[in-house]
Amino acid sequence: MKLAHWIVELVLARPEGCLYCILLLLLSWLVLGVAGLVRPHRTGYIAHMLFPLGAVVSLGLALVAGIALARGQLPQILTLPLGLPDLPFHLRLDTLSAFFLLLLGLAGVGISIFAAGYFRSGAGTAPGLLCLQYHVFLISMAAVTLADDAYFFMVAWETMALSSYFLVTSQHRIPEIRRAGFLYLLMAHLGAICILLCFGVLQGGSWQFTFDAMRRSSLTPVWATAAFLLALFGFGAKAGLVPLHVWLPEAHPAAPSPVSAVMSGLMLKTAVYGMLRVNFDLLHVGLWWWGMLTLAVGLFTALFGAIFAAAQTDMKRLLAYSSIENIGLIFTGIGLAVLFQTGNLHLFAALALTAALVHALNHAFFKSLLFLATGSVLHATKQRSLGKLGGLIRRMPWVAGLALVGTLAIAGLPPLNGFVSEWLLLQSFLFTPQIPHAFINMLVPLGAAMLALTAALAAYVMVKFYGVIFLGQHREASLVQAHDANWLERLGLLWLALGCVVLGLVPEIALRAAGKVTNALLGQSVAPSRAWWIAPVSWQQASYSGLWLLAGIVGVVGITFLLVRSLVHGWMRRTPAWDCGYRWQTSRMQDTAEGFGQPIRHIFEPFFRMERDLPAPSDHAPRYRVHIEDRLWHAFYLPLAHGVQRVAESVGKLQSGKLAVYLLYSFLTLIGLLIYVLWV
Amino acid sequence: MISHLRPAGEVLLAIAAAPLAAPLFTGWIAQCRAWMQNRSAPPLTQPYRMLRKLFHKEVTLASDASFLFRVTPYVLFGTMVLAAAIIPSVATGLPFAQVADAIALIGLFATARVFMALAAMDVGTAFGTLGARREMMIGFLAEPALLMVLFNTFLLSGSTALPRLVETYRAHPSLIEPSLLFAAVAFLMVLLAENARIPIDNPATHLELTMIHEAMLLEYSARHLALMEWAASLKLFNYACIGFALFLPWGIATRTTSNVLGLVIAVAALAGKLIVAGAALALIETLSAKLRIFRAPEYLATAFILAVLGLLVHLLLGGQA
Amino acid sequence: MIFTSHLLAQLLDLFAAGLLLISFAMLSERRTQRLVTLFAWQGAVLFASTLLVAHSAGLEEVYYSAALTLVLKVIILPWILHRLIRRLGAEWDSELLVNVPVTMLLGLGFVIFAFGLAQPISTLATTITRNTLGIALAVILLAFLMMITRRKAITQVVGFLAMENGLFFAATSATYGMPMVIELGIALDVLVGMLILGVFFFQIREQFDSLDLQHMETLKED
Repeated sequence: MKLAHWIVELVLARPEGCLYCILLLLLSWLVLGVAGLVRPHRTGYIAHMLFPLGAVVSLGLALVAGIALARGQLPQILTLPLGLPDLPFHLRLDTLSAFFLLLLGLAGVGISIFAAGYFRSGAGTAPGLLCLQYHVFLISMAAVTLADDAYFFMVAWETMALSSYFLVTSQHRIPEIRRAGFLYLLMAHLGAICILLCFGVLQGGSWQFTFDAMRRSSLTPVWATAAFLLALFGFGAKAGLVPLHVWLPEAHPAAPSPVSAVMSGLMLKTAVYGMLRVNFDLLHVGLWWWGMLTLAVGLFTALFGAIFAAAQTDMKRLLAYSSIENIGLIFTGIGLAVLFQTGNLHLFAALALTAALVHALNHAFFKSLLFLATGSVLHATKQRSLGKLGGLIRRMPWVAGLALVGTLAIAGLPPLNGFVSEWLLLQSFLFTPQIPHAFINMLVPLGAAMLALTAALAAYVMVKFYGVIFLGQHREASLVQAHDANWLERLGLLWLALGCVVLGLVPEIALRAAGKVTNALLGQSVAPSRAWWIAPVSWQQASYSGLWLLAGIVGVVGITFLLVRSLVHGWMRRTPAWDCGYRWQTSRMQDTAEGFGQPIRHIFEPFFRMERDLPAPSDHAPRYRVHIEDRLWHAFYLPLAHGVQRVAESVGKLQSGKLAVYLLYSFLTLIGLLIYVLWV
Repeated sequence: MISHLRPAGEVLLAIAAAPLAAPLFTGWIAQCRAWMQNRSAPPLTQPYRMLRKLFHKEVTLASDASFLFRVTPYVLFGTMVLAAAIIPSVATGLPFAQVADAIALIGLFATARVFMALAAMDVGTAFGTLGARREMMIGFLAEPALLMVLFNTFLLSGSTALPRLVETYRAHPSLIEPSLLFAAVAFLMVLLAENARIPIDNPATHLELTMIHEAMLLEYSARHLALMEWAASLKLFNYACIGFALFLPWGIATRTTSNVLGLVIAVAALAGKLIVAGAALALIETLSAKLRIFRAPEYLATAFILAVLGLLVHLLLGGQA
Repeated sequence: MIFTSHLLAQLLDLFAAGLLLISFAMLSERRTQRLVTLFAWQGAVLFASTLLVAHSAGLEEVYYSAALTLVLKVIILPWILHRLIRRLGAEWDSELLVNVPVTMLLGLGFVIFAFGLAQPISTLATTITRNTLGIALAVILLAFLMMITRRKAITQVVGFLAMENGLFFAATSATYGMPMVIELGIALDVLVGMLILGVFFFQIREQFDSLDLQHMETLKED
């Protein structure tokens, strides 16, 4: 207790103490990364020393950010003597940055510890290089949240994109992975261009690119709309909003599992941070239809992600589509907040924004947990396809148990953390009939129905994920040799699972942290609650307590168990499965991943582009094959790519190879300029 | 001393009463069905006898079943009993009432459903996974409809906490408000779907390929099966009580009437409502035929449209209460 | 029977909601016999609400109007349609052009549109039923949608008649009914139209051996 008190006092000693501490921690990450380069192929030293130290730094970052949120005098500003001559790096730590740094730090601990146990020597990038890229990735994400001027922001953003590209293409000898990396880099840069243009619009004529100047500038509604749309496009491309999501299902599965966890859990949240920063902080006016657009895009993205996740047969692609769904939910909350704010309903705007922020925090935990669990499964079985897994709960009890926590959390089930954010989002939808617009107050409640559908679909998808991988029978004989995760991997998974449980039972923590952010951005926060209960609007309106729910269930279960064992007996006998008396049960008779997704394919058929191979009745070796593809890829991206290629080819005709033609170009330009001079 | 006994007694009553009463409700529905189908009815206590028979048997567990399979019956029973303690079936001032509002209750039911589906997939038989897949499909189609019903009641009373809903309705009775009627019909349709009744699923079927709920119970035996069956009848009881709290709240003891007489009246009112509801359920089951599985989305879409219509009618007609 | 004005307003709202519900049920009903029964029920609800309006406003003409509705729409027209269906053997409609959930969602969209449109107009009307103008508009749009998404000719006729029901309800909502002359004229038009269409159906069946409207698509220049 005394030590904690001493640390807090030390951090808060100087006015910019928190910011200095964070800079120090980021520097130590850089040192760790460079240390990995010293002996790039010594896996043992890198795995058992550098990554765990990185986890400690991550924990420090979370602590400092937490202290800053709780008690620091924010905002804290600093200017570094780096950067351009007239535009040095401005840094700023305010509540929004502190929240996302807290998110980064907390989830980063678990992922770094897991990575310590995960990286083994093999084909692909050397572990030392991976260490550098990983830590530079983390540093750049933290720098994005600290940036206070456009230049530093873009430098950090680009570093993030580049370091993650190298991490995604770790196994660069495989062509699909190279292809996925290229697509990822392309979409990242498209987004970056839009963000750059957005900053260009935001400076509003003053040609000052610091965020302070942008806060002070006033834009006409047309230019403000342009900035908002550019920000939505740019940050949406990084976050994975439909239709800019095509890189996500390729890049996340291609990367090694800890990297997928960092990308899904942390990098997508920096896009959310960017959107919040631009919309609520830099663009201080809002129009109602911005909120409507964000809401509609978010809801459609969520539904799209859930539907496609249900039809996947690769476990990491399923999780990638699930990330798209959750990002859609976060953007739905943001859209609602904008809609409420422009309708002057600030309390409900705070509720919606709180829901979005808490969901971002929750997602960082449970998605990272699930991606890391798939990493363990991949190591143990060398299989990624759902059709070759099954029954791993008996071979890998630790991974299965912790993945169960993650599955229940992501399905939005009480008393874990996923339910809290979904509950908050649904509660904020309940107030939409009060919005003062004619058609909107009737259309938006239907959005609540779509949200409920998406949430329930997420539960379906997660039952498929967990059931096909961990439950049932082994679908391949080689699965009998699967081994459980090593102690470092278990520790990482345990940390994240504990985070899910704690955030679910004591949601007060997340709500308080988000409340500080909404106070700064909107001027309001949801009602303070007691420790184990939350009642965001009022006690009469609705209340929820995860801890008492869990206590009630555990209590009843305990009493029932004791009663049953004492009043009746506890006899039990193991036999083969009954299966209605069918004796020739094999592992191929249980549902495959395609089979489990069949109702979704049937009900939501227009969304998919399916290629099916159905066996004929006279086939000697019948095969069934179904291939699901994204309609948007064929309808939108491929024609665009072909178009660009055609234009490039026609421009390429200029390069004829003949010297005379090149001399002719210079000659014609000279004649043209002379004529121009003659006329003017 | 008395003041400490009161809340503890209320807790015990809340937790113990519903499990004891729920099989009686199921037995009553079975009796009504038998009468309407011109058969001689089993006695009212038949479900209790079945439970007793099952508890005394020895469990035969599949050799591949994991701890998830064994723990699920207890988790299911626990969630259903807790839900019964939260729903204001006889009184609004229950100690667990503020733990969850209506949306959290739906979440609790979702937890039970997910556990049941996972346990069904655990043994790895074809029927178990079939039942799990169908159950999750019905679940995700029913949730939007249920949420819209709650939206309707929220607009009329300003709260999603069930005790508050009951008290608001008692203070402002608006019997023939059209949006409530729409919401009530939608709720009835969702009740039939979620509790595996005709027209979605036949609770008395023997054909495995037509099962939804029963298919998930095929591998369970003895006390596990008893707990699962008990949890299923508790779920129906809970849904019926939620329906009464939302649409027919007369007789429930509110804060002003929570003396002994009030509680007695509340219990009698609940019994009366359950008798009528049971008979009505049996009538609906006898008159309808089971739908093909892929007509179930249409059925639930109808429930959803009804609930949304109720919402729109309320918004248009401007809340004349 | 003395109705308080509050109870009256609630009953009218209830009838209006019932009308909307029946329109939705007609949108998704597959059997033509049941469709005609629903149409008869729509007429009955219309009759009851017109009676209520007549009682509250105290106008004699509206009583006559209600009686006309009862005779024509609840008794005569359904009887003609039932006979037609039996003689044509058109008990079933084939699948809708778009499947049922999508049709219902489209209908929902139109209902929202109608409600949004009617809100400013309702504030201008002065009758007791002014809130229900949106519902009347919705009924008309839904009937139109039913005509578009169907394949058999009989159901299109029922849609046309349901649209007329909606128009009648709209007239009752905004003003207290139309002048008697116009009402009688419309009623006569509808009756004669039914008889002529009945003759047409037999001709169509003779020509194409089925009442499916897809066969009529060949009637164009090639």
